[in-house]
Amino acid sequence: MNTLTLIRFVAKPFVFLVCLIPLLHAAGDIYGITGTLGANPTENLQDRFGVWGLRFLLIALAVTPLRKLTRRNWLARFRRMLGLFAFFYVFLHFIVWLLLDREIASNPAWSYVFEDILERPFITIGFISLLILLALAATSAEAIRRRLGRSWQKLHYGIYAAAILGVWHYWWQVKLDASDPAIYATILAVLLGYRIWTRKHTPT
Amino acid sequence: MLIKKPTDIRPSEITSKDVYLNRRTFLGAAAAAGSALAAGQAFPAVIPKERRAKLDDVMPSKYSTDEKQNSYKDVTTYNNYYEFGMRKEDPYRYSQEFEPQPWSVEVSGEAEVTGRFALEDFVKPHTLEERIYRLRCVEAWSMVIPWVGISLADVIKQFKPLSSAKYVVFETLYDPKRMRGQRSRALRWPYVEGLTIAEATNPLPILAVGMYGEVLPNQNGAPLRLIVPWKYGFKSIKGIVSMRFMDKQPRTSWELAAPHEYGFYANVNPEVNHPRWSQARERRIGSDGGTGLSSLFATTQQPTEMFNGYGEHVAHLYEGLNLRQHY
Repeated sequence: MNTLTLIRFVAKPFVFLVCLIPLLHAAGDIYGITGTLGANPTENLQDRFGVWGLRFLLIALAVTPLRKLTRRNWLARFRRMLGLFAFFYVFLHFIVWLLLDREIASNPAWSYVFEDILERPFITIGFISLLILLALAATSAEAIRRRLGRSWQKLHYGIYAAAILGVWHYWWQVKLDASDPAIYATILAVLLGYRIWTRKHTPT
Repeated sequence: MLIKKPTDIRPSEITSKDVYLNRRTFLGAAAAAGSALAAGQAFPAVIPKERRAKLDDVMPSKYSTDEKQNSYKDVTTYNNYYEFGMRKEDPYRYSQEFEPQPWSVEVSGEAEVTGRFALEDFVKPHTLEERIYRLRCVEAWSMVIPWVGISLADVIKQFKPLSSAKYVVFETLYDPKRMRGQRSRALRWPYVEGLTIAEATNPLPILAVGMYGEVLPNQNGAPLRLIVPWKYGFKSIKGIVSMRFMDKQPRTSWELAAPHEYGFYANVNPEVNHPRWSQARERRIGSDGGTGLSSLFATTQQPTEMFNGYGEHVAHLYEGLNLRQHY
């Protein structure tokens, strides 16, 4: 097998399954197999999906620096999948909020939802981040990429904004101890800083 | 330089000489107050040292709610007690080694009777009561918990506060060796909370020593904690070692940590939102719905009530006070 087939038929499916582990773990906890959701299941699910969304965003953003530093160009082939998983977990985070926290199915009160999105700044920025990721996920297919040409790249620079807003959203909602969000912010700063640095130091 | 301590006696174990002397005055006052209680009906409060020991002679209270109580498991595994860590499961996980007794409480400030009292002596003059109260956390969740404790108003009466005593201020034990959360500077330690003297002498607040008919678990604030049911949970300070009568309003821990988010009064109020989230509704905790997808819908939201539904007993305390300013 050459490298391309190996990536396509072995490495990619493997990474795909690994990326599903947080979801399977959540399902296991929901059904009381791998653990429990504790006294506040809504908060538990909402927090874990949000955090996994951020983790996948950072992992996706780490692909390019890692590729350049290690000169392993095949790493780029995982970027789209990792980005889509970031969207997937952020979307689950949003769905849990909408369905369980805002109880939109059992107690339709869209006014609370809109009030939260419009009046609570940390929710506003989280929602904007979600919309950006939605746009990126919707245009992630290769065919759309080709059709959009240059504007595709411009659109997909939105990942930087989505990541910044996402970490900011996390930071803003903690009650007191920002040490966890600070870790995410630091990693994000390194990943973005690397891009600024290489852009400045690469002859055009 | 390393300074060795002669022994490892905890500060809370030491009975100083003035305590010993003060104890007499205190017991005298206690006897006086005891006789004021209907004779024969009053049982002296006793707190066994064993974990989960049953509390005897607990009287029911007319202030109790008959709402569905939370499970013991929920109440003991989902806690905010930053002295043992910042995550909800930390207090359960990291308080198991903690030995709450022996314990003493220092009473000081603007009162006739002051000094350090052993916990036994502190509670003995009073009768244990069960108070089933709603607890509303500032994080917009709530529980119903059957506390066992003694009336704070009765306790205060005992120490004969002077007319200059306008506030009662409580402090939690500061002992980073035993409380690992205090090794980080999340809050300014020791934790400080306070009430106005009018709030503190209202019949609702209690000093809890138990719940579910048993001795208070460590993660819930053993051996002695405050319960103020019409205020957000953070006012109900845990692990109390000090009670001070003051003429000035104290600077409380959360007020110091984030003054624009947490005020001194912290009354439950659906109309005044936290700057970052709404206080109009609350999630009633309850994971008894079993497992599976349907269990996710077991806990529900409900509207938050003014003063957590205790308005008839406490609203008069705040007449003329702008609760939007004094949040």
